[in-house]
Amino acid sequence: MRKVYMDHSATTPVDPEVASLMMTYYTEKYGNPSSIHSFGQEAREALEKAREQVAGFIGAQPAEITFTSGGTEADNLAVLGAAEAYRKKGKHLITTAVEHHAVLETFEFLAKNGFELTILPVDEYGLLSVEEVRKAIRPDTILLSVMQANNEVGTIQPIAEIGKLAKERGVLFHVDAVQSLGKIPVNVDDLNVDMLTISSHKIYGPKGVGALYVRKGIRLIPLVHGGGQEKKRRSGTENTPGIIGFGKACELAQARMEEEAERLTELRDRLLDGILERIDYVKVNGPRGARRLPNNVNVSIQFVEGESLLLSLDMVGIAASSGSACTSGSLDPSHVLLAMGLPHEIAHGSLRFSLGRQNTEEDVDYVLEQLPKIVERLRQMSPLFDQMQREAGAK
Amino acid sequence: MYTEKVMDHFTNPRNVGEIPDADGVGEVGNPKCGDIMRIYLDIEGDIIKDVKFKTFGCGAAVATSSMVTEMVKGKTIPEALDISNAAVAEALGGLPPNKLHCSNLAADALHAAIKDYYDKQEKAKG
Ligand SMILES: Cc1ncc(COP(=O)(O)O)c(C=O)c1O
Ligand code: FES
Repeated sequence: MRKVYMDHSATTPVDPEVASLMMTYYTEKYGNPSSIHSFGQEAREALEKAREQVAGFIGAQPAEITFTSGGTEADNLAVLGAAEAYRKKGKHLITTAVEHHAVLETFEFLAKNGFELTILPVDEYGLLSVEEVRKAIRPDTILLSVMQANNEVGTIQPIAEIGKLAKERGVLFHVDAVQSLGKIPVNVDDLNVDMLTISSHKIYGPKGVGALYVRKGIRLIPLVHGGGQEKKRRSGTENTPGIIGFGKACELAQARMEEEAERLTELRDRLLDGILERIDYVKVNGPRGARRLPNNVNVSIQFVEGESLLLSLDMVGIAASSGSACTSGSLDPSHVLLAMGLPHEIAHGSLRFSLGRQNTEEDVDYVLEQLPKIVERLRQMSPLFDQMQREAGAK
Repeated sequence: MYTEKVMDHFTNPRNVGEIPDADGVGEVGNPKCGDIMRIYLDIEGDIIKDVKFKTFGCGAAVATSSMVTEMVKGKTIPEALDISNAAVAEALGGLPPNKLHCSNLAADALHAAIKDYYDKQEKAKG
């Protein structure tokens, strides 16, 4: 059976070049970078090279990069670390309703512990308006966090403008760039950001590695205390093979980004248009065109439920994801789709395809061949579909 | 995540469809995740001659609907009323803990259809 992986926003395969480089640092050059002997020093050298690669990719100085155990920890370090460091200056925090849980839950935690939180709404495309941000900023606002691109619907926010505003008003600005890195330009100066989160496993690097960019001069209270690694920002013996893999993955992504983004954009639109052509009662979630990540397709297929879609797709070898309540552990539909104003039943039939390096035109066509059959079968089973048809017939 | 039996019933659900002029129809919505199930019964004497379902829901919801229809076909009404949510889940070889509520839907829809049948009988008697 054909296997088509279209869940690259969940995670990506490790690039073989990255994996083989990492292997060396597991089995041969395994020294602790804090040791002064040659074993330690060769690991240290490779670690610092990785820091340069990561920094270079986002237009930062190597000293501004703190390695972490992933995007989640980097988000936590940014939000908790900055709130704690600047709490004497003010207690007000701002974020958006469509952030990843790693940001949203961290802010909610602070809101329960003495901070005041404003959660900004988005429009029907998941877009935040700069005006909303302007209105929300108060004299006691210390931190603002907005993701560059949304992981579910691919909406790209006007980060540079928001950053400019934050700078003018003296508010620290954190950006989660986990989904945008490697797909669209991410440059900390162009975007006017103070802190920026990135994660390795979304760009063909290993899982469990990420980084927080922190602009020079900004203070952060660490989450993890101990031996003082990463300039005391993040103690613990460095995950050298992982970090070195992350560095390499950044180098490769940087070299391939422009061409790959163009290729993925074509595949994205082929898939999106193909679905709309072949299936009735489909709603596109998120914007179309340049405001959408090159690799993201998200649609709601009415009268069918997302988990049923995923199971059926999986049986023909296609891997995707859904924001349906039935697929979430909490049995709540995606907070992103709800924030965009989607009714519960439309969020229920949401389906995300996230494209990546291995995907081809043939893969897209295979999905376009399989999906209509699956939808047809599930709609035959759906009490909502026949109800709609009866009502339409009665008119 | 799901047992082979669940996947079998999800892939090849038994008794999908409707019964025109059914003797009893039961529809329930799942307050937890918003899914919907409808069951149609064809009853002769007090035997369930035929049963069909339509379900909008997850894999577990579809599989439990299919299973419950298979379990009640040819049974008497008191026997059908005895079928519990747990029995349906068990017949499927178990469900993941966060999917147990889906099996409630099937038994509840069945019970609602039987109640609808009784209500209709009452009405017919005038
Ligand atoms: C926008 C966003 N932020 C943060 C994360 C968390 O990153 P990690 O999986 O490296 O902890 C993800 C991953 O799903 C993400 O999509
Ligand atoms: S019907 Fe929604 S989780 Fe099963």
